[in-house]
Amino acid sequence: MLKQRIVGVLLVREGIVVQSISFKKWLPVGKPAIAVEHLNRWGIDEIALINISPNSGNDDSLHRMIADVAPYCFVPLAIGGGIRTIEQVHDVVRTGADRVILTTAVADNPALITQAASRFGSQAIIAAIDVRKNAQGSYDAYVDYGRRKVDLAPAALAKRAEDHGAGEILIQAIYRDGSRLGYDLELVELICKAVGVPVIALGGVGAPAHMVDAMSIAGVGGLAAGNYLHYTEHTAAVAKAALMAKGGDLRHDSYADYEGFSFDAAGRLKKKSDASLMDMMFVHYTDEVI
Amino acid sequence: MTAAREITAKAGPTICIIDYGMGNLSSVVWALHSLGCRAEISNNPERIAVAEALILPGVGAFGEAMLRIRSGGLIPVLERRVFEDRVPFLGICLGMQLLGKQSTEGGIHQGLGWIDAQVDRIPDNLAIRVPHIGWNEVAWAANSPINASIEQNSHFYFNHSFHMTMAGDGVAATTNIGEPILAAVTKDNIWGVQFHPEKSQNNGRRLLRNFLNFISSRQPALRHAC
Repeated sequence: MLKQRIVGVLLVREGIVVQSISFKKWLPVGKPAIAVEHLNRWGIDEIALINISPNSGNDDSLHRMIADVAPYCFVPLAIGGGIRTIEQVHDVVRTGADRVILTTAVADNPALITQAASRFGSQAIIAAIDVRKNAQGSYDAYVDYGRRKVDLAPAALAKRAEDHGAGEILIQAIYRDGSRLGYDLELVELICKAVGVPVIALGGVGAPAHMVDAMSIAGVGGLAAGNYLHYTEHTAAVAKAALMAKGGDLRHDSYADYEGFSFDAAGRLKKKSDASLMDMMFVHYTDEVI
Repeated sequence: MTAAREITAKAGPTICIIDYGMGNLSSVVWALHSLGCRAEISNNPERIAVAEALILPGVGAFGEAMLRIRSGGLIPVLERRVFEDRVPFLGICLGMQLLGKQSTEGGIHQGLGWIDAQVDRIPDNLAIRVPHIGWNEVAWAANSPINASIEQNSHFYFNHSFHMTMAGDGVAATTNIGEPILAAVTKDNIWGVQFHPEKSQNNGRRLLRNFLNFISSRQPALRHAC
């Protein structure tokens, strides 16, 4: 059967991968090509690379970003950041994107979704919706990197995007970005109920337990995380092992499968008991030549 | 100068990735590069006419793709290469679906008709939400060159809303979305896969390696290459 997906989100600002906090602060991580290569090796299921440079879409930074990383990416690559015209969609796909993430266009120009889907198919188009909570406790959708409020509520916006041909919805809680508090499960569930296409949850993951919380919501196809992936080594593989220990159904093919390990509350590996360490035998894996 | 020319002349089977103006063609090239093999992207019938193997990738809508292939004047050269010269051919995703007789994607469109199959939307009442996006297990029908060194039920990446149903035989693999659907097809020198081998990490590279081996098995003189 179809597996749950762990989606690695890499935010790129001025050519550097950054961790993001509430869409306001950024901590530099490193070069996109290296981040992509690592996530590949750790067995990530999909990579979403989003250009958050202020000028994305108006200069060639998006194009350069894709051209830099695509040769190293042997998992599906979704690209977003300032894509507003069908020519840009075309360029992004030709440069190496498997899927295209539209954000501002979802609110301002839904016809672009239809145009892009009829050319490249619905499965290639992801509609991203950034959400803030208002004083009344209900949800508002935002565009322009969280600066401009959209009239339609997130669920209605998601439904409209689906009707225009989007193949998947990426829902991001801005107030959880960088918070390590976990997804806003209520919001994720709201969107899953509003649409019939799969939904990717994003915003707030600080430990694999947060992904466990969301994996059982009907309609969630992808569990996305950004900052979390940069905290420790092997995050994607460790997260998968932690999810599978909780009954998750994932692709977990890498040699480092962390089977039989235990994890602390933050999802970090716990040290094995001295007795089991004594029993351990080191096995040498020769690299398979394909 | 002369030496350089000799190297070029000796370098491997030329695999032509057919460019019909749609989809992410470069990832197929990079996956082949990672296996030490060269490939060119072209929509030029003259290049297709001399290639030793053909790959038809595809992301996109069926009708638009057929329109572009037809208006590009590619059908006669493709059919000559595949059926007369019998060069190895690999269709990926939409590239596999285009081999069918017809598709109901956005109206009724005629396909290349090389394989007796029909393309329809994945029903909404199955166990998954459509599109079928993500990694799924592939069950191979038999041990054959396409799945050599690939484990049964190993994972490949799928991304599609439409699926192909075979009328005749040739099903090489299926995948389960509540019901088994076609994942791979083989018919003589024609291979087709619904998943994306170029985006399926090592399993995908194994499949592409199998395709390269298939090329050299049909052209023993080129066995040294790739």
